[in-house]
Amino acid sequence: MTWSPALRRSFSHPWVLGTLGILTVFLVWLIVTSSGTVDKLFLPSPGTVWEAGTNQFRGGILVNDAVASIRRVFLGFILSAGLALPIGIAMGTNRLICRFLEPLMALIRYMPAPAFIPLLIIYFGLEELPKVMLIFIGTFFFNTLMIMDSVKFVPHELVETALTLGGRGLPILTRVVAPYIAPQVLDTYRINMASAWNLVIVAELVAANEGLGKRISLAQRFLRTDEIFVGLIVIGLIGLMIDLGFRFLMRRACSWAN
Amino acid sequence: MHLQVSQVSKTFGEGRDSKLVLDDINFELVSGQFMALVGSSGSGKSTVMRLIAGLDRPSSGTIQLDGQPVRRPGSDRGMVFQKYSLYPWLTAAENVAFGMSLQGRPKPEIRERTAYFLDVVGLAEAGRRLPRELSGGMQQRVAIARALATEPKVLLLDEPFGALDLQIRESMQEFLHDLWRRTGLTALLITHDIEEALLLSGTVHIMAPRPGRIVHTVDVQLDRSDLRHLRVSQPFLEMREELASCLRGLDGALL
Ligand SMILES: Nc1ncnc2c1ncn2[C@@H]1O[C@H](COP(=O)(O)OP(=O)(O)OP(=O)(O)O)[C@@H](O)[C@H]1O
Ligand SMILES: [Mg+2]
Repeated sequence: MTWSPALRRSFSHPWVLGTLGILTVFLVWLIVTSSGTVDKLFLPSPGTVWEAGTNQFRGGILVNDAVASIRRVFLGFILSAGLALPIGIAMGTNRLICRFLEPLMALIRYMPAPAFIPLLIIYFGLEELPKVMLIFIGTFFFNTLMIMDSVKFVPHELVETALTLGGRGLPILTRVVAPYIAPQVLDTYRINMASAWNLVIVAELVAANEGLGKRISLAQRFLRTDEIFVGLIVIGLIGLMIDLGFRFLMRRACSWAN
Repeated sequence: MHLQVSQVSKTFGEGRDSKLVLDDINFELVSGQFMALVGSSGSGKSTVMRLIAGLDRPSSGTIQLDGQPVRRPGSDRGMVFQKYSLYPWLTAAENVAFGMSLQGRPKPEIRERTAYFLDVVGLAEAGRRLPRELSGGMQQRVAIARALATEPKVLLLDEPFGALDLQIRESMQEFLHDLWRRTGLTALLITHDIEEALLLSGTVHIMAPRPGRIVHTVDVQLDRSDLRHLRVSQPFLEMREELASCLRGLDGALL
Protein backbone atom coordinates (compact mmCIF):
# COMPACT_ATOMS: atom_id res chain seq x y z
CA MET A 1 0.00 0.00 0.00
CA THR A 2 1.39 3.40 -0.90
CA TRP A 3 0.57 6.46 1.16
CA SER A 4 -0.75 9.38 -0.79
CA PRO A 5 0.95 12.68 0.09
CA ALA A 6 -2.37 14.17 1.18
CA LEU A 7 -2.94 11.35 3.65
CA ARG A 8 0.58 11.64 5.00
CA ARG A 9 0.18 15.38 5.39
CA SER A 10 -3.05 15.02 7.31
CA PHE A 11 -1.33 12.52 9.62
CA SER A 12 1.45 14.94 10.39
CA HIS A 13 -1.02 17.44 11.84
CA PRO A 14 -0.33 17.37 15.61
CA TRP A 15 -3.95 16.67 16.55
CA VAL A 16 -4.68 13.81 14.21
CA LEU A 17 -2.74 11.07 15.98
CA GLY A 18 -3.86 12.31 19.40
CA THR A 19 -7.51 12.10 18.42
CA LEU A 20 -6.83 8.68 16.93
CA GLY A 21 -5.40 7.51 20.24
CA ILE A 22 -8.50 8.56 22.13
CA LEU A 23 -10.77 7.02 19.51
CA THR A 24 -8.89 3.71 19.77
CA VAL A 25 -9.50 3.43 23.49
CA PHE A 26 -13.13 4.43 22.99
CA LEU A 27 -13.54 1.76 20.33
CA VAL A 28 -11.99 -0.93 22.53
CA TRP A 29 -14.35 0.14 25.32
CA LEU A 30 -17.32 -0.12 22.97
CA ILE A 31 -16.32 -3.54 21.66
CA VAL A 32 -15.57 -5.01 25.09
CA THR A 33 -18.86 -3.83 26.61
CA SER A 34 -21.05 -4.86 23.65
CA SER A 35 -19.46 -8.32 23.52
CA GLY A 36 -20.81 -8.90 27.01
CA THR A 37 -17.63 -10.51 28.37
CA VAL A 38 -17.38 -8.06 31.25
CA ASP A 39 -19.97 -7.53 33.96
CA LYS A 40 -21.93 -4.33 33.28
CA LEU A 41 -21.54 -3.41 36.90
CA PHE A 42 -17.77 -3.18 36.52
CA LEU A 43 -17.61 -1.64 33.08
CA PRO A 44 -20.71 0.23 31.90
CA SER A 45 -21.12 0.73 28.16
CA PRO A 46 -20.52 4.15 26.56
CA GLY A 47 -24.26 4.35 26.02
CA THR A 48 -25.15 3.99 29.71
CA VAL A 49 -22.47 6.46 30.68
CA TRP A 50 -23.80 8.96 28.17
CA GLU A 51 -27.32 8.44 29.54
CA ALA A 52 -26.19 8.90 33.13
CA GLY A 53 -24.37 12.05 32.07
CA THR A 54 -27.33 13.57 30.25
CA ASN A 55 -29.57 12.73 33.19
CA GLN A 56 -27.27 14.50 35.60
CA PHE A 57 -26.98 17.40 33.22
CA ARG A 58 -30.76 17.78 32.81
CA GLY A 59 -31.27 17.60 36.54
CA GLY A 60 -28.73 20.41 36.96
CA ILE A 61 -26.60 18.29 39.26
CA LEU A 62 -23.68 18.07 36.85
CA VAL A 63 -23.37 21.81 36.33
CA ASN A 64 -23.84 22.42 40.03
CA ASP A 65 -21.08 19.97 40.94
CA ALA A 66 -18.72 21.26 38.27
CA VAL A 67 -19.24 24.85 39.38
CA ALA A 68 -18.62 23.93 43.02
CA SER A 69 -15.37 22.13 42.21
CA ILE A 70 -14.14 24.77 39.79
CA ARG A 71 -14.84 27.52 42.32
CA ARG A 72 -12.75 25.80 44.98
CA VAL A 73 -9.90 25.20 42.56
CA PHE A 74 -9.90 28.79 41.37
CA LEU A 75 -10.13 30.37 44.81
CA GLY A 76 -7.33 28.22 46.20
CA PHE A 77 -5.19 28.54 43.14
CA ILE A 78 -5.57 32.29 42.71
CA LEU A 79 -4.52 32.72 46.32
CA SER A 80 -1.55 30.42 45.79
CA ALA A 81 -0.48 31.92 42.46
CA GLY A 82 -0.93 35.49 43.66
CA LEU A 83 1.23 34.99 46.74
CA ALA A 84 3.80 32.77 45.02
CA LEU A 85 4.61 35.42 42.42
CA PRO A 86 6.01 38.17 44.69
CA ILE A 87 7.58 35.70 47.12
CA GLY A 88 9.17 33.64 44.33
CA ILE A 89 10.55 36.79 42.70
CA ALA A 90 11.86 38.04 46.05
CA MET A 91 13.58 34.70 46.66
CA GLY A 92 15.03 34.66 43.15
CA THR A 93 16.48 38.16 43.41
CA ASN A 94 17.55 38.37 47.03
CA ARG A 95 20.02 35.82 48.33
CA LEU A 96 19.21 36.39 52.00
CA ILE A 97 15.47 35.90 51.55
CA CYS A 98 16.23 32.80 49.52
CA ARG A 99 18.49 31.30 52.17
CA PHE A 100 15.91 32.06 54.82
CA LEU A 101 12.91 30.52 53.06
CA GLU A 102 14.18 27.85 50.70
CA PRO A 103 14.92 25.05 53.22
CA LEU A 104 11.56 25.63 54.91
CA MET A 105 9.65 25.48 51.65
CA ALA A 106 11.61 22.51 50.36
CA LEU A 107 10.64 20.68 53.55
CA ILE A 108 6.94 21.50 53.49
CA ARG A 109 6.80 20.73 49.78
CA TYR A 110 7.51 17.09 50.54
CA MET A 111 4.66 16.79 53.02
CA PRO A 112 1.77 15.29 51.02
CA ALA A 113 -1.01 17.84 50.94
CA PRO A 114 -3.85 15.32 51.54
CA ALA A 115 -2.21 14.52 54.88
CA PHE A 116 -3.21 18.04 55.94
CA ILE A 117 -6.93 17.32 55.49
CA PRO A 118 -7.59 16.12 59.06
CA LEU A 119 -5.83 19.15 60.46
CA LEU A 120 -7.68 21.52 58.12
CA ILE A 121 -11.01 20.01 59.12
CA ILE A 122 -10.17 20.49 62.81
CA TYR A 123 -9.13 24.09 62.16
CA PHE A 124 -11.71 25.22 59.63
CA GLY A 125 -14.61 22.78 59.88
CA LEU A 126 -16.38 21.22 56.94
CA GLU A 127 -17.20 24.28 54.87
CA GLU A 128 -15.41 25.74 51.88
CA LEU A 129 -12.37 27.10 53.68
CA PRO A 130 -10.55 23.81 54.38
CA LYS A 131 -10.88 22.76 50.73
CA VAL A 132 -9.58 26.09 49.46
CA MET A 133 -6.74 25.93 51.97
CA LEU A 134 -5.83 22.41 50.88
CA ILE A 135 -5.43 23.59 47.31
CA PHE A 136 -3.39 26.52 48.54
CA ILE A 137 -1.07 24.32 50.62
CA GLY A 138 -0.73 21.78 47.85
CA THR A 139 0.33 24.25 45.17
CA PHE A 140 1.84 27.30 46.88
CA PHE A 141 5.26 25.83 47.62
CA PHE A 142 5.68 24.34 44.17
CA ASN A 143 4.57 27.58 42.55
CA THR A 144 6.96 29.64 44.65
CA LEU A 145 10.01 27.44 44.17
CA MET A 146 9.47 27.14 40.44
CA ILE A 147 9.06 30.89 40.03
CA MET A 148 12.20 31.42 42.12
CA ASP A 149 14.11 29.15 39.75
CA SER A 150 12.89 30.97 36.68
CA VAL A 151 14.09 34.27 38.17
CA LYS A 152 17.51 32.80 38.90
CA PHE A 153 17.89 31.84 35.26
CA VAL A 154 17.31 35.31 33.83
CA PRO A 155 20.50 35.88 31.74
CA HIS A 156 22.95 38.25 33.42
CA GLU A 157 23.52 40.08 30.16
CA LEU A 158 19.91 41.24 30.01
CA VAL A 159 20.02 42.69 33.51
CA GLU A 160 23.47 44.21 33.07
CA THR A 161 22.47 45.77 29.76
CA ALA A 162 19.57 47.47 31.52
CA LEU A 163 21.97 48.71 34.20
CA THR A 164 24.30 50.24 31.62
CA LEU A 165 21.31 51.87 29.95
CA GLY A 166 20.54 53.69 33.16
CA GLY A 167 18.11 51.21 34.75
CA ARG A 168 17.82 50.62 38.49
CA GLY A 169 16.00 48.23 40.87
CA LEU A 170 12.27 48.34 40.32
CA PRO A 171 12.20 49.21 36.60
CA ILE A 172 14.58 46.31 35.96
CA LEU A 173 12.24 44.01 37.84
CA THR A 174 9.14 45.09 35.96
CA ARG A 175 10.66 45.59 32.54
CA VAL A 176 13.36 42.92 32.30
CA VAL A 177 12.76 40.19 34.88
CA ALA A 178 8.96 40.10 34.68
CA PRO A 179 8.65 39.80 30.89
CA TYR A 180 11.49 37.29 30.73
CA ILE A 181 9.95 34.92 33.27
CA ALA A 182 6.35 35.37 32.09
CA PRO A 183 6.31 32.25 29.88
CA GLN A 184 7.84 30.08 32.61
CA VAL A 185 5.42 31.45 35.19
CA LEU A 186 2.45 30.62 32.99
CA ASP A 187 3.85 27.14 32.45
CA THR A 188 4.39 26.71 36.19
CA TYR A 189 0.77 27.63 36.78
CA ARG A 190 -0.37 25.26 34.08
CA ILE A 191 1.53 22.34 35.58
CA ASN A 192 0.51 23.01 39.19
CA MET A 193 -3.09 23.62 38.18
CA ALA A 194 -3.23 19.88 37.49
CA SER A 195 -2.39 19.08 41.11
CA ALA A 196 -4.91 21.67 42.34
CA TRP A 197 -7.48 19.77 40.36
CA ASN A 198 -6.36 16.49 41.90
CA LEU A 199 -6.58 17.92 45.38
CA VAL A 200 -10.09 19.29 45.07
CA ILE A 201 -11.35 15.83 44.22
CA VAL A 202 -9.50 14.32 47.16
CA ALA A 203 -10.94 16.96 49.48
CA GLU A 204 -14.44 16.32 48.24
CA LEU A 205 -14.09 12.57 48.64
CA VAL A 206 -13.48 13.19 52.32
CA ALA A 207 -16.11 15.77 53.10
CA ALA A 208 -18.41 17.83 50.92
CA ASN A 209 -22.04 18.38 50.04
CA GLU A 210 -21.47 18.93 46.36
CA GLY A 211 -18.72 18.74 43.78
CA LEU A 212 -17.50 16.27 41.20
CA GLY A 213 -15.48 14.34 43.76
CA LYS A 214 -18.44 14.16 46.09
CA ARG A 215 -20.60 12.78 43.29
CA ILE A 216 -18.05 10.05 42.60
CA SER A 217 -17.94 8.91 46.21
CA LEU A 218 -21.75 8.87 46.39
CA ALA A 219 -21.90 6.85 43.19
CA GLN A 220 -19.52 4.34 44.73
CA ARG A 221 -21.87 3.83 47.67
CA PHE A 222 -24.70 2.89 45.29
CA LEU A 223 -22.45 0.90 42.92
CA ARG A 224 -23.24 3.36 40.12
CA THR A 225 -20.11 2.79 38.01
CA ASP A 226 -21.74 4.71 35.14
CA GLU A 227 -21.89 7.83 37.31
CA ILE A 228 -18.29 7.31 38.40
CA PHE A 229 -17.33 7.27 34.73
CA VAL A 230 -19.29 10.47 34.11
CA GLY A 231 -17.42 12.13 36.97
CA LEU A 232 -14.03 10.97 35.75
CA ILE A 233 -14.65 12.05 32.16
CA VAL A 234 -15.97 15.48 33.15
CA ILE A 235 -13.03 16.04 35.49
CA GLY A 236 -10.65 15.10 32.69
CA LEU A 237 -12.36 17.37 30.19
CA ILE A 238 -12.38 20.40 32.48
CA GLY A 239 -8.71 19.83 33.30
CA LEU A 240 -7.86 19.57 29.63
CA MET A 241 -9.73 22.78 28.93
CA ILE A 242 -7.84 24.67 31.61
CA ASP A 243 -4.57 23.29 30.24
CA LEU A 244 -5.44 24.40 26.72
CA GLY A 245 -6.48 27.79 28.09
CA PHE A 246 -3.04 28.29 29.62
CA ARG A 247 -1.35 27.18 26.41
CA PHE A 248 -3.47 29.59 24.41
CA LEU A 249 -2.65 32.43 26.81
CA MET A 250 1.03 31.60 26.55
CA ARG A 251 0.99 31.58 22.78
CA ARG A 252 -0.84 34.88 22.76
CA ALA A 253 1.09 36.77 25.44
CA CYS A 254 4.56 35.30 24.93
CA SER A 255 4.80 34.64 21.22
CA TRP A 256 8.46 35.66 21.33
CA ALA A 257 9.32 32.60 23.43
CA ASN A 258 8.17 30.00 20.91
CA MET B 1 34.92 63.72 27.98
CA HIS B 2 37.87 62.32 29.81
CA LEU B 3 38.10 58.76 31.08
CA GLN B 4 41.02 58.11 33.38
CA VAL B 5 42.00 54.61 34.49
CA SER B 6 44.79 54.80 37.08
CA GLN B 7 46.67 51.98 38.77
CA VAL B 8 43.68 49.70 38.62
CA SER B 9 44.04 46.17 39.85
CA LYS B 10 41.43 43.52 40.41
CA THR B 11 41.53 40.38 42.51
CA PHE B 12 38.78 37.78 42.41
CA GLY B 13 38.20 35.51 45.38
CA GLU B 14 39.69 35.65 48.84
CA GLY B 15 42.53 34.12 50.81
CA ARG B 16 44.29 31.18 49.19
CA ASP B 17 41.82 31.03 46.32
CA SER B 18 42.35 34.65 45.38
CA LYS B 19 43.44 35.38 41.85
CA LEU B 20 45.03 38.57 40.59
CA VAL B 21 43.26 39.21 37.31
CA LEU B 22 44.35 42.79 36.59
CA ASP B 23 47.62 44.34 37.65
CA ASP B 24 48.25 48.09 37.50
CA ILE B 25 46.21 49.11 34.46
CA ASN B 26 46.69 52.70 33.33
CA PHE B 27 45.30 54.55 30.34
CA GLU B 28 43.15 57.48 29.41
CA LEU B 29 40.58 58.07 26.76
CA VAL B 30 39.41 61.46 25.46
CA SER B 31 36.52 62.67 23.31
CA GLY B 32 36.46 61.34 19.79
CA GLN B 33 39.15 58.77 20.45
CA PHE B 34 38.82 55.17 19.30
CA MET B 35 40.89 52.82 21.42
CA ALA B 36 41.31 49.06 21.36
CA LEU B 37 42.38 46.47 23.93
CA VAL B 38 43.84 43.36 22.33
CA GLY B 39 44.95 40.24 24.12
CA SER B 40 44.57 36.52 24.35
CA SER B 41 41.71 34.88 26.17
CA GLY B 42 41.86 35.38 29.92
CA SER B 43 44.03 38.49 29.79
CA GLY B 44 41.36 40.45 31.62
CA LYS B 45 39.95 42.56 28.79
CA SER B 46 36.34 42.04 29.77
CA THR B 47 37.18 42.71 33.39
CA VAL B 48 38.64 46.12 32.47
CA MET B 49 35.46 46.94 30.63
CA ARG B 50 33.18 45.77 33.43
CA LEU B 51 35.09 47.96 35.86
CA ILE B 52 34.67 50.99 33.60
CA ALA B 53 30.99 50.18 33.14
CA GLY B 54 30.62 50.02 36.92
CA LEU B 55 29.37 46.43 36.89
CA ASP B 56 32.32 45.49 39.13
CA ARG B 57 34.52 47.50 41.49
CA PRO B 58 38.31 47.63 41.23
CA SER B 59 40.26 46.10 44.13
CA SER B 60 42.56 49.11 44.06
CA GLY B 61 43.15 52.14 41.88
CA THR B 62 40.62 54.56 40.48
CA ILE B 63 38.49 55.03 37.42
CA GLN B 64 37.25 58.54 36.79
CA LEU B 65 34.92 59.91 34.17
CA ASP B 66 35.24 63.68 33.81
CA GLY B 67 36.78 63.84 37.26
CA GLN B 68 34.01 61.85 38.93
CA PRO B 69 34.87 58.39 40.27
CA VAL B 70 32.87 55.57 38.69
CA ARG B 71 30.73 53.91 41.38
CA ARG B 72 27.86 52.21 39.59
CA PRO B 73 26.62 51.51 36.08
CA GLY B 74 25.01 54.38 34.25
CA SER B 75 23.95 55.44 30.81
CA ASP B 76 26.97 57.73 30.41
CA ARG B 77 28.94 54.55 29.68
CA GLY B 78 27.04 52.56 27.06
CA MET B 79 27.97 48.94 26.68
CA VAL B 80 27.59 46.36 23.91
CA PHE B 81 28.18 42.73 24.87
CA GLN B 82 29.56 39.98 22.70
CA LYS B 83 26.55 37.78 23.20
CA TYR B 84 23.40 39.24 21.83
CA SER B 85 21.71 41.06 24.62
CA LEU B 86 18.60 42.32 22.89
CA TYR B 87 15.36 41.83 24.79
CA PRO B 88 13.74 38.99 22.86
CA TRP B 89 10.17 40.16 23.58
CA LEU B 90 10.76 43.66 22.20
CA THR B 91 10.95 44.60 18.53
CA ALA B 92 14.11 46.21 17.16
CA ALA B 93 12.56 49.67 17.57
CA GLU B 94 11.37 48.92 21.11
CA ASN B 95 14.84 47.69 21.99
CA VAL B 96 16.33 50.95 20.76
CA ALA B 97 13.71 52.90 22.73
CA PHE B 98 14.23 50.81 25.88
CA GLY B 99 17.20 52.71 27.33
CA MET B 100 15.68 56.09 26.56
CA SER B 101 12.46 55.21 28.34
CA LEU B 102 14.46 53.98 31.36
CA GLN B 103 16.01 57.44 31.33
CA GLY B 104 12.52 58.90 31.45
CA ARG B 105 12.70 60.87 28.23
CA PRO B 106 9.40 62.19 26.86
CA LYS B 107 7.55 59.89 24.42
CA PRO B 108 7.72 62.07 21.28
CA GLU B 109 11.46 62.50 21.74
CA ILE B 110 11.89 58.74 22.14
CA ARG B 111 9.94 58.07 18.98
CA GLU B 112 11.96 60.55 17.00
CA ARG B 113 15.33 59.38 18.30
CA THR B 114 14.42 55.71 17.80
CA ALA B 115 13.72 56.35 14.14
CA TYR B 116 16.90 58.36 13.84
CA PHE B 117 19.19 55.76 15.40
CA LEU B 118 17.62 52.86 13.54
CA ASP B 119 18.40 54.84 10.43
CA VAL B 120 21.95 55.53 11.61
CA VAL B 121 22.64 51.80 11.86
CA GLY B 122 20.91 51.12 8.55
CA LEU B 123 17.88 49.33 9.97
CA ALA B 124 15.13 51.83 9.29
CA GLU B 125 13.08 49.10 7.62
CA ALA B 126 13.57 46.48 10.35
CA GLY B 127 12.10 48.37 13.31
CA ARG B 128 9.09 46.11 13.68
CA ARG B 129 10.95 42.84 13.66
CA LEU B 130 11.69 40.75 16.73
CA PRO B 131 15.36 39.98 17.51
CA ARG B 132 14.99 36.34 16.49
CA GLU B 133 13.97 37.53 13.02
CA LEU B 134 17.21 39.49 12.63
CA SER B 135 20.63 38.18 11.58
CA GLY B 136 23.50 38.26 14.08
CA GLY B 137 24.99 41.35 12.45
CA MET B 138 21.67 43.18 12.49
CA GLN B 139 21.16 42.30 16.14
CA GLN B 140 24.51 43.81 17.07
CA ARG B 141 23.66 46.94 15.11
CA VAL B 142 20.42 47.25 17.09
CA ALA B 143 22.42 46.82 20.31
CA ILE B 144 24.78 49.59 19.20
CA ALA B 145 21.87 51.86 18.28
CA ARG B 146 20.26 51.17 21.67
CA ALA B 147 23.45 52.16 23.49
CA LEU B 148 24.03 55.26 21.32
CA ALA B 149 20.44 56.47 21.75
CA THR B 150 21.00 57.08 25.47
CA GLU B 151 23.81 59.50 24.59
CA PRO B 152 26.72 57.81 26.37
CA LYS B 153 29.95 59.74 26.74
CA VAL B 154 31.84 56.61 25.84
CA LEU B 155 30.79 53.42 24.06
CA LEU B 156 32.22 50.20 25.48
CA LEU B 157 32.31 47.37 22.95
CA ASP B 158 33.23 43.91 24.28
CA GLU B 159 34.06 41.78 21.22
CA PRO B 160 30.90 43.01 19.53
CA PHE B 161 31.60 41.06 16.34
CA GLY B 162 33.19 38.01 17.95
CA ALA B 163 30.26 35.75 17.19
CA LEU B 164 29.83 36.81 13.57
CA ASP B 165 31.27 35.05 10.54
CA LEU B 166 34.11 36.62 8.62
CA GLN B 167 32.26 38.41 5.83
CA ILE B 168 29.67 40.00 8.08
CA ARG B 169 32.46 40.85 10.46
CA GLU B 170 34.27 42.84 7.79
CA SER B 171 31.17 44.75 6.80
CA MET B 172 30.43 45.44 10.47
CA GLN B 173 33.95 46.83 10.90
CA GLU B 174 33.33 49.16 7.99
CA PHE B 175 29.98 50.09 9.49
CA LEU B 176 31.54 50.90 12.87
CA HIS B 177 34.32 52.96 11.32
CA ASP B 178 31.80 54.88 9.27
CA LEU B 179 29.65 55.42 12.36
CA TRP B 180 32.64 56.74 14.28
CA ARG B 181 33.47 59.19 11.50
CA ARG B 182 29.91 60.43 11.16
CA THR B 183 28.99 60.75 14.82
CA GLY B 184 32.36 61.44 16.42
CA LEU B 185 31.67 58.92 19.17
CA THR B 186 34.27 57.89 21.71
CA ALA B 187 34.83 54.15 21.88
CA LEU B 188 36.76 51.48 23.69
CA LEU B 189 36.83 48.25 21.70
CA ILE B 190 37.83 44.84 22.98
CA THR B 191 38.92 42.31 20.43
CA HIS B 192 40.99 39.20 19.80
CA ASP B 193 41.55 40.36 16.29
CA ILE B 194 44.62 42.51 15.59
CA GLU B 195 43.37 43.45 12.15
CA GLU B 196 40.11 44.72 13.61
CA ALA B 197 41.97 46.76 16.21
CA LEU B 198 44.36 48.35 13.72
CA LEU B 199 41.65 49.07 11.22
CA LEU B 200 39.49 51.01 13.62
CA SER B 201 41.51 52.48 16.45
CA GLY B 202 43.98 55.29 16.93
CA THR B 203 45.52 53.58 19.94
CA VAL B 204 45.96 49.86 20.54
CA HIS B 205 46.89 48.41 23.92
CA ILE B 206 48.21 44.87 23.97
CA MET B 207 47.36 42.93 27.11
CA ALA B 208 49.10 39.87 28.53
CA PRO B 209 47.50 37.35 30.88
CA ARG B 210 48.32 36.07 34.38
CA PRO B 211 48.06 38.67 35.69
CA GLY B 212 46.25 40.82 33.13
CA ARG B 213 48.35 43.85 32.27
CA ILE B 214 49.11 46.22 29.40
CA VAL B 215 52.47 45.27 27.93
CA HIS B 216 52.61 47.30 24.76
CA THR B 217 50.89 50.36 23.35
CA VAL B 218 50.91 51.52 19.74
CA ASP B 219 49.61 54.66 18.14
CA VAL B 220 48.20 53.85 14.76
CA GLN B 221 48.41 56.50 12.08
CA LEU B 222 47.03 55.12 8.87
CA ASP B 223 45.05 56.54 6.01
CA ARG B 224 41.55 55.21 6.69
CA SER B 225 39.76 56.72 3.72
CA ASP B 226 39.29 53.25 2.20
CA LEU B 227 39.24 50.35 4.63
CA ARG B 228 39.13 47.70 1.97
CA HIS B 229 42.28 49.07 0.46
CA LEU B 230 43.86 49.60 3.85
CA ARG B 231 43.47 45.93 4.78
CA VAL B 232 45.92 44.88 2.07
CA SER B 233 48.27 47.91 2.08
CA GLN B 234 51.92 47.45 2.94
CA PRO B 235 52.18 49.63 6.10
CA PHE B 236 49.06 48.00 7.51
CA LEU B 237 50.33 44.48 6.92
CA GLU B 238 53.69 45.36 8.48
CA MET B 239 52.06 46.72 11.61
CA ARG B 240 49.80 43.72 11.83
CA GLU B 241 52.76 41.39 11.60
CA GLU B 242 54.62 43.35 14.25
CA LEU B 243 51.73 43.14 16.72
CA ALA B 244 51.08 39.50 15.87
CA SER B 245 54.65 38.58 16.68
CA CYS B 246 54.40 40.59 19.90
CA LEU B 247 51.35 38.52 20.90
CA ARG B 248 53.06 35.31 19.84
CA GLY B 249 56.01 36.26 22.01
CA LEU B 250 53.68 36.59 24.99
CA ASP B 251 52.18 33.20 24.37
CA GLY B 252 55.66 31.72 23.88
CA ALA B 253 56.77 33.12 27.23
CA LEU B 254 53.94 31.20 28.86
CA LEU B 255 54.89 27.80 27.51
N1 LIG C 1 33.63 36.93 38.50
C1 LIG C 1 34.81 36.30 38.40
N2 LIG C 1 35.24 35.48 39.39
C2 LIG C 1 36.41 34.83 39.30
N3 LIG C 1 37.25 34.92 38.27
C3 LIG C 1 36.90 35.70 37.23
C4 LIG C 1 35.65 36.43 37.26
N4 LIG C 1 35.56 37.12 36.10
C5 LIG C 1 36.69 36.85 35.40
N5 LIG C 1 37.50 36.01 36.08
C6 LIG C 1 38.82 35.50 35.63
O1 LIG C 1 39.57 36.60 35.22
C7 LIG C 1 40.37 36.28 34.09
C8 LIG C 1 40.14 37.31 33.02
O2 LIG C 1 38.82 37.20 32.56
P1 LIG C 1 38.25 38.15 31.42
O3 LIG C 1 36.88 37.67 31.10
O4 LIG C 1 38.40 39.56 31.82
O5 LIG C 1 39.24 37.84 30.21
P2 LIG C 1 39.12 38.26 28.70
O6 LIG C 1 40.41 38.85 28.32
O7 LIG C 1 37.91 39.08 28.47
O8 LIG C 1 38.97 36.86 28.00
P3 LIG C 1 38.12 36.48 26.70
O9 LIG C 1 38.93 36.95 25.54
O10 LIG C 1 38.06 34.99 26.75
O11 LIG C 1 36.79 37.13 26.80
C9 LIG C 1 39.99 34.87 33.69
O12 LIG C 1 40.99 34.00 34.13
C10 LIG C 1 38.71 34.61 34.43
O13 LIG C 1 38.63 33.26 34.81
MG1 LIG D 1 36.05 38.77 27.41
